Amino acid sequence: MNLAYRDIKFNLLRFILTNFGLSLLLGVVIVITGVYGGMIDDALRQARAAHADLWIVEAGTNGPFAEASRIPGDTRELVSRVYGVARAGAVTYQTVQTRLNGKSLPLFLVGFEPGRPGGPHKLVAGREIMRSHYEFIVDVSAGLALGEVVSLGTHGHDFTVVGLMRNELTASGDPVGYITLQDAQALQFELSPPAERRQLASGGGVQGNDQINAVIAKVSPNVPLSEVASALTRWKHLTTLSQVQQETLLSKDVIDKSRKQQLLIMVLLIIVSAVIIALIVYTLTMDKVRSIATLKFVGAPDRTIVGLIVQQALSMGIFGYFIGLGLVVAFQPYFPRRLVLDFQSVSMVFFITVGICLAASTLGIRLALKVDPTEALASSG
Amino acid sequence: MAQMQIQPAIEVAHLSKHFGQGSARVNALVDITMTVYPGQVIGLMGPSGSGKTTLLHCIACILEPSSGTITLDGDVVYEQKWLKSDLRRLRLDKIGFIFQYPNLLPFLDGSDNVSIVLDLAGFKPAAARARAGELLDYLEVGSRKHAFPRQLSGGEAQRVAIARALANRPKIILADEPTAPLDSPRARIVMDLLRRIATEQNAAIVVVTHDEMILDRFDHIYQLRDGRLEGEPTGVGLGTAPAEHPLANP
Ligand SMILES: Nc1ncnc2c1ncn2[C@@H]1O[C@H](COP(=O)(O)OP(=O)(O)O)[C@@H](O)[C@H]1O
Ligand SMILES: [Mg+2]
Repeated sequence: MNLAYRDIKFNLLRFILTNFGLSLLLGVVIVITGVYGGMIDDALRQARAAHADLWIVEAGTNGPFAEASRIPGDTRELVSRVYGVARAGAVTYQTVQTRLNGKSLPLFLVGFEPGRPGGPHKLVAGREIMRSHYEFIVDVSAGLALGEVVSLGTHGHDFTVVGLMRNELTASGDPVGYITLQDAQALQFELSPPAERRQLASGGGVQGNDQINAVIAKVSPNVPLSEVASALTRWKHLTTLSQVQQETLLSKDVIDKSRKQQLLIMVLLIIVSAVIIALIVYTLTMDKVRSIATLKFVGAPDRTIVGLIVQQALSMGIFGYFIGLGLVVAFQPYFPRRLVLDFQSVSMVFFITVGICLAASTLGIRLALKVDPTEALASSG
Repeated sequence: MAQMQIQPAIEVAHLSKHFGQGSARVNALVDITMTVYPGQVIGLMGPSGSGKTTLLHCIACILEPSSGTITLDGDVVYEQKWLKSDLRRLRLDKIGFIFQYPNLLPFLDGSDNVSIVLDLAGFKPAAARARAGELLDYLEVGSRKHAFPRQLSGGEAQRVAIARALANRPKIILADEPTAPLDSPRARIVMDLLRRIATEQNAAIVVVTHDEMILDRFDHIYQLRDGRLEGEPTGVGLGTAPAEHPLANP
C-alpha cells in the first residue's frame, strides 16, 4: 500500500493547489532557461542561416557579425581555387531603413551571389532571385506581399518582392532580406559616408565599390576542415573561421553579457524553490506527526516513514515540473521574447528539481524520525 | 507437570523506569514483577500518574526500561541491546496496541487502516484486504470499511482500531483505557470482545482501566500506586491461576 499516494489522494485539492503554485515557480525557472537559450539562438541566427563550413573575413577581425570585415570582391575566386573548397560565395551584410505604409521598416539585407552559398535557404512562397538586379526575397514579418515593390537606398531603386521566407529574423527581430551581391554593393556604396565614397571612387583603398564582407565556403566532405582552413592562411589579408568558431564567438558575446545575470536569477529562484519545497514538505510532515507516531507504534520501519515523505516531495516536484513545463509550452507563443527550450537545459532543470526535492525532504525526514510515538499520542485527537 | 508447558506471554521482572535526572527525576515504575499467560485478560488499575501507561509502553517496547527485564513470548527484550528496527518488527508481529483514542490514519479508509499492518508484515494486498474485511465483520463494522476515520463514530473508530490491533494475530494485546471514550454499554461490549479474543486467539491481554463497571471481565487485576504494584493481584470474576488455565491441559 503506497501511503504517499493515499495521502495525496485524500488531500487531493491541497496537493493540486500546492502543485499549481510550485509549477508556476518552476515554470519561471524554465522560462529563464528558455530566454537564455533564445538569446544565444538569436545571436547565432545569421551565422547559421548561411550554412557555412568556413568563414573567410578580413584579417585579424571576428567578422562579419561580431566585427566589421571588408575584403576585396575577388576573394571568392581565390577561395574557390583552394583544394577542398567545394563551393564558395561572396556575401555582404547591411542594415537599411525603408518605409512601408508610412512606417519605417528596418531591414537586414544580405547580398549574395545567386547559385552560390550564402543565399536564402527555404522559401515559403515565390521563387529564387533570377535576374541580377532589383529582385528581393524577404521575411514575411516585413509585411510585404509577392510582387510588391519597395524602394531601398537613397537613390530609391525599386525592388520587387519575388520570394518570401519565414523565421528569417535578426537577433533584434528585424526581418532579413536577400538581394544580389551587385545590388547590395551598389547600396553599400551609395549609403557609405561621402568622404569614404570619394576615396573609394578615386580608387583608393580597396578598389572601387567591389567590396564584400565575407566569403562563405562549403568544404568537400572528404577533405578535413582544418586542412582547408590552414591552406587559406597563405593570404595574410584574410582570416578563416570555422562555423564552430563563428558560433562560439557570437554566443560568447551574449554569454559574457547575460550569463551572470541569468545565473544569478536562476540561483535565486532555485534557492526560493528549495525553501518553498522544504517548507511544504515540513508542514506536510507536521500535519502527519500523529500518523507517523501511530505507524511507529504499530511497528512500521523507518523506511516506510521516510518513503512516505520522500515520495510526496518527489511527486510534488515532478508534477510541478511537468505542469510548469506544460504551461510554458502552452503560453510560449504569447511570450514577448522568443524561448528556445533545448532538451539539455530542460532536462537539467528537471534534475535540479529532483535534487531540490530530495534535499528539501531532509528537513521533513529529520522531523519524522525524531517523532516520539509516546509523546505524539499522549494528547487526545 | 502441566503448567511447566505453558510459556508465559509476558514476563516482567524487577522492572524500573525513571524519567529525568537529579531533582527532576521521576520514578515512574519501581521494581515491577508480573506474569501474564496466553488467554488471560489482566486489568491494570491505579490513580492517574501511577505509571500504568508507562508500564504498557515498556511492555510494548516503545519505552526502554531503566532496569529489569521483559520477556515476550520467550524473547528477552532489552537484555542485550536490541536494534530499534528489530523492536519495531517484534511489535508488528507480536503486539497489538489499542489506544484510548483510535489513532487511525486519517487518509486511509477503515479497511486500509487495518490492512496497513498486514501490508507492513509482508502480506499480499489481496490477502491483507480479505483479512481486514473479516476482522471488521467480526467486530461488526464491516459495513463501514470504506468510510474514512472522520466519517466514523467514536465507537466505530475504536472497533476499527481494535481490528488493527488484532490483524497480525498478536500473542499480546495491550490496551490503554480503551473504554474511556465509550459509554458503559459500549465499554462492556468492547470488554466482552477482548475477552472473546483472549479465549479464541489464545492471546494475553493487558487492559488499563478506571472503569469499575467492567472489573468482572478480568482474570486478575493489578493495582499500581506511585509506580509500585500493590499487594497480590486480585482474582476477580473469571480468575484462572496458571495451573488451572484452560489451556494447561489441552
Ligand atoms: N516522557 C515522560 N517524561 C517525564 N515524565 C514522565 C513521562 N511519561 C510519564 N512521566 C511521568 O511518569 C509518571 C507515570 O505516568 P503514566 O505512566 O502516564 O501514568 P498513568 O498512565 O498511570 O496516568 C507520571 O508521574 C508522569 O508524569
Ligand atoms: Mg495513562
